[in-house]
Amino acid sequence: MTTTLDTPGTARVYHLPEEHEHAEGSSTSLGFWLYLMSDCLIFAMLFGAYGVLGGNYAAGPSPKDLFDLPLVAVNTSMLLLSSITYGFAMLAMQKKLKGATLAWLAITGLFGLAFLSIEIYEFSHMIHEGATPQRSAFLSAFFTLVGTHGLHVTFGTLWLVTLMVQVGRFGLIAANRRRLMCLSMFWHFLDVIWIGVFTIVYLMGMLR
Amino acid sequence: MSSESHALHGHDAHDDHDGAAEHGSLKSYMIGFVLSVILTAIPFWLVMSGAIADRQVTAIVIMIFAVVQIVVHMVYFLHMNAKSEGGWTMMALIFTIILVAIALTGSLWVMYHLNANMMPSHEMLNQLP
Repeated sequence: MTTTLDTPGTARVYHLPEEHEHAEGSSTSLGFWLYLMSDCLIFAMLFGAYGVLGGNYAAGPSPKDLFDLPLVAVNTSMLLLSSITYGFAMLAMQKKLKGATLAWLAITGLFGLAFLSIEIYEFSHMIHEGATPQRSAFLSAFFTLVGTHGLHVTFGTLWLVTLMVQVGRFGLIAANRRRLMCLSMFWHFLDVIWIGVFTIVYLMGMLR
Repeated sequence: MSSESHALHGHDAHDDHDGAAEHGSLKSYMIGFVLSVILTAIPFWLVMSGAIADRQVTAIVIMIFAVVQIVVHMVYFLHMNAKSEGGWTMMALIFTIILVAIALTGSLWVMYHLNANMMPSHEMLNQLP
């Protein structure tokens, strides 16, 4: 803080005369965390909508008719495995091992793609059976919630590929390490959201 | 981490003074992974086998498992602690949890009572198959 002496003739200064230096990107991880928290609110509202509408089948199919728990279990394990392999990528990054980082990122991306493929298969199977988002409030809420999560994973995978190209070209420079750190938070955050999805949508849906 | 273990595992990023050392170690990732697998497998098993006869009890138990697993992910994968970024990440998290709790309990509570108090009229009952 600056203290300005109140001497006559000098203008009072109500702001910091000069901002002190911030290292480039020093506030990125906090800013990204705040973005994740706002994203968390989006998902909270979608969970709220699902919680309110999840029982309104409009005489259509109910979770028990639609959900295939073994498939969901496989899907969950894909996302969990991708989380740990991303962790290994971060450990390789810390040791400045470019090749190992890229390899673990590639494996993470493959698990992400496997997750998305299974989810698309599940969605197409449901739509083929007539369980479209238009069918009932339950299905609208289901497709919005799970689809939003799937879209996040899609964009996370695109971001992962982008970063692999960046790391391949420019190496593990400070900017790329920061970006990998942000994607790490994003990826683990999506896994946290998925815990809510498989518990509230799939497991509790089967208990209804 | 004690200074001895730090000397033994010099490659582990446990320097609390280094701002960039919030990535965790192989050990913490593996603990988190094993805990997550267990905390995922048990709820799936509970629902798929119907081990607990009462559905309401099962629902409460799997919710507890989900909350514990979220905390495990926060600690071991997202490396949450009260000190990172001068406590501001924790502050933002607590603020978000409060907002989410108010919004979710409020919506569910209000809408449940709205549904319970809006009994279907005669015409609506006729439209049901």
